[in-house]
Formats: sequence, C-alpha cells, structure tokens
Amino acid sequence: MRRDLYLTKEEERILSGEEGEERKWAMETIVALGEVFGAERLVKISSSQVSGVSPKTIGKYGLKFLRRIRNAKVSVLTTLNPCGVDLKRKEEFPKDFVKEQEEILEIYKGMGILPSCTCTPYLVGNTPSFGEVISWAESSAVVFANSVLGARTNREGGPSALASAIIGKTPEYGLIIEEEREPQVLVKVKTDLNDEAEFGALGYSLGKLLKDEIPLIDLGNRRRMTLEEHKQLGAGIATSSEISIYHVKGQTPEALRKEMNPTEKIEIGEEEINQVFEEFSESENGPLVVGCPHMTLREAEEAKRFRGKVLAYASRCVASLVKESENFKIYGDTCMVVSPLREMGIEEVLTPSVKAAFYMRNLSGIRVSLIRKREALNEIQG
Amino acid sequence: MRFKAKPIFPGKVRGEVLYTEEPITFLGGVDPETGKITESGHELEGKSLRGKILVFPSAKGSTVGSYTIYGLKVHGNSPLAMICSKTNPVIAIGAVMAKIPLLEFKDIEKLKKAREVIIQEEWIEIVG
Repeated sequence: MRRDLYLTKEEERILSGEEGEERKWAMETIVALGEVFGAERLVKISSSQVSGVSPKTIGKYGLKFLRRIRNAKVSVLTTLNPCGVDLKRKEEFPKDFVKEQEEILEIYKGMGILPSCTCTPYLVGNTPSFGEVISWAESSAVVFANSVLGARTNREGGPSALASAIIGKTPEYGLIIEEEREPQVLVKVKTDLNDEAEFGALGYSLGKLLKDEIPLIDLGNRRRMTLEEHKQLGAGIATSSEISIYHVKGQTPEALRKEMNPTEKIEIGEEEINQVFEEFSESENGPLVVGCPHMTLREAEEAKRFRGKVLAYASRCVASLVKESENFKIYGDTCMVVSPLREMGIEEVLTPSVKAAFYMRNLSGIRVSLIRKREALNEIQG
Repeated sequence: MRFKAKPIFPGKVRGEVLYTEEPITFLGGVDPETGKITESGHELEGKSLRGKILVFPSAKGSTVGSYTIYGLKVHGNSPLAMICSKTNPVIAIGAVMAKIPLLEFKDIEKLKKAREVIIQEEWIEIVG
C-alpha cells in the first residue's frame, strides 16, 4: 500500500528501529496515516498540541500505553491539553485521581512536553502564524488554528499528534494541502447572532447538517466576530462533526485572501439555533459553568461580574491573574469536561458553551442547560 | 454480494452488523468499560459494539477518541471490525493501536440490510 509515500533515508532508518523503539512507534504511526490518506511525503511541523491528559478521558489503558513510550522525546514545541486537576488545589480532587494525574503529567514532561494544560494553546504562546504547518490534537484548537489563524493542521488524534511531535513531521495530506481547505457549502445565516452561546449553537447545528463539508459562512453585514465568538463557533462545529476548518466571508484570513465559490448553498436561521438550546435544556439551576474552551482574560474579567455561583476554567496563565470572590471561582490547568465534576458533587449546571454541554452530559451524566450569556446575566442578577 | 473497500487496518473476520447513519463520538459517546453507545439521543444509544461489525459514516468530536477505541480493546469490549464511509486520523490510529480491522467504504448504505458480513483484506461480503 505504500506506493505513494516517499521516505528519506533518515525516515527509513527511524522506521527500521535504529533510533529506538519509541521513535519507531512514532514513525510507524505517521507512516500509517500517510498511507491511509495517500500522502506523498512527510513535511516538517513547527509545533504540536497533545490531547489525552486526564485519567478521566484516557483511562487506565491510556496510562498503560503512555508508560510504554515514556522514554520518547519530542523534537518541536509541544503543549498539552487540560489535565483533570487544578494543580494548585489538588486537595479538592479525589486522591487516587490526583495520583494517576501526576503520573501522566510526569510522563509527558519527561518527553519534553510543556505542561501548559490548556485547550487554548494559541492564547499562551503556542501560536502559529498564517500558513504554518502544525500537528495538533484538541478539536476546538484545531478548528481555531485552521480557521482563524490560517495555520495548517489536520484533526489529529492524541496519539498521532504525539507521534508527530516526536518525529517533528506530519504526512502531507488533508488540510495541510491548500486545495483541501476550499469550502464546499455557502451558509447564509438569516438571523442576527449577538451572544457567544449562539455562535456555539450555530457551529453545533452546522456540524450536524454538513458532517464533513467545509462551510463558507456568510453573516451578512454583521460586525466583525470577536475571538471569543470564533472560539465558540469552532468548538461547536468540532463537537458535532469532523469538520476542522470553516471560513467566514470577509473575516477569516483565507476568505479575505481569495475568491471562494462553493457550489452548494444552504440557509440557517433562528429555528435551527433555538433547536440546539432545546436539545440541551435539562436543568433549571446549578452553578454557571464557564470557560470551554478555556477563557480569555477578557471573558474572565466579564464573568466576575456575574452574581450567583460561577465556576470558571482557564489556563494557569489566565487563572493566576484573575481574582476570585466568594461566588466566583476560577480553576487553572483543568476544565469541566476532563475533571471529575460528578464525583465532586455537581449534578446539574448551566453553561453558555455547547461543547461543554455535550461532554458534561455524555461523559459525566450531568444535567445540563445551554444558556445565552445575556440570559445567564439577567437570571443571576434577577 | 461482495464489495470492494479500502483497508485501513486489514483483517479477516465474520460477524453480525451493527449499522448506523449517524456519526459516532468515541470519547463520551461510547463507554469502553461496557462497550455500549452512551451518546444521549444517538440512534444506537444503549446498544453494545462488542463482537459486532460496526458500520458507521464517520467519527465526530474529541481527538481523545483514539484512546477510547484502544480502551474498548483492552476491556474486551471492542467491535470485531469497523467499516466507515470516511476515515479520519482519530479512528485510523485508534484502529491501528487496538488492532481492530478497519475498512473505508463510501457506500455504507449498501450494507444497511445486511445482518452478517465477512471482511477479508479489501473485500466486504454480505452473507446474511
């Protein structure tokens, strides 16, 4: 099957195991991907983002796998997804869980991976520029990097991003290739979106409708989207589909640089957006859980103004700058999806993030309602 | 009836078909400890993948899904094989790690009424 994939002598040597078992595993993984997707060569990457950090998501089997390749070393800038614990207040988390988490983090750190513990690497300095080839896992960050930054990455799985980080290369396939980034469907948005949660709902709805077709979104004459709105839109699309890039007419870098003429056309309006809010409407109360994807400083400062109980999640970088109060608590390093929320006594929540709503319900069995941020403000201040 | 597909991780197995036209989320949508589909509202919610030939269009959602597929295998709850109409890195590497045969077959609806199939190299054969 390897008829198309050309490997250099050095790459062949790694594949044959001459540079050790770990590098052999990594090269085998990349070569397998290259073969599956018909790549002709491997190309250098400038950074990687690795997912699969919390014991809650990778389980005992994930840890066992990591132990096997623990002596590997990464060869490019590599950052890490959120872990399951706030490392500055471990005492609030179940003891065994913390122990397992510490071992996972030690393994990753031993490989030379920076324990950034955030799903928004682009907010803490792993920030690729336009056209840069990277190999990232973390679906929301992949969509953001491709769509908003114009960097190039496929939606790698945790292990394949790790393999790319070790070798410093990825097969040239999919979204690495310019033509594969072209939109197939023009999406006319027939309603004014003016809440971040609605952008998440738009993304979630689009993902369901399009499954794997790349959208060019036309918002009409709406104002420029904020970074936070892009974050929600991308996380929503990533949750309900395998689409890993979108374009917004007149706004995202690739749509600004060239003419895009997708052949299909669909419309999406208030009804589709509302349906998403109905899909996640199981709770009346509970704390307001925010920060999926991890908060920007701007969001964190805003969330402080909410009254009522707020649980916020951000990178350590952001969390360490923001003051807490009696009702406003901000966790660093972790998030509501990958920490053992249920075991910590939380059974129902409200959230403005559709991605968080989906995973809290399906991964943790928590009752969730998706709410607009402005509703949350009113309700809580009410 | 026999169809040609693209083997991602080849193998030879015979088994009962579990068919869906809805994409699957492995992390959060499948429980490796029981082998059951847990995604709320999914048409296969509550059904077990264990020992089945899972036929589905694609995988959506989390990039941790590769580990979940591997976890299904470790817990002895994995499908016998998987057939998807579009593969992606998350399922491809999950299948390779778990050594679960995976085929890419664009026209999965041709398998909608199949109860049992045999998979061998690049071939899918309906036998029941």
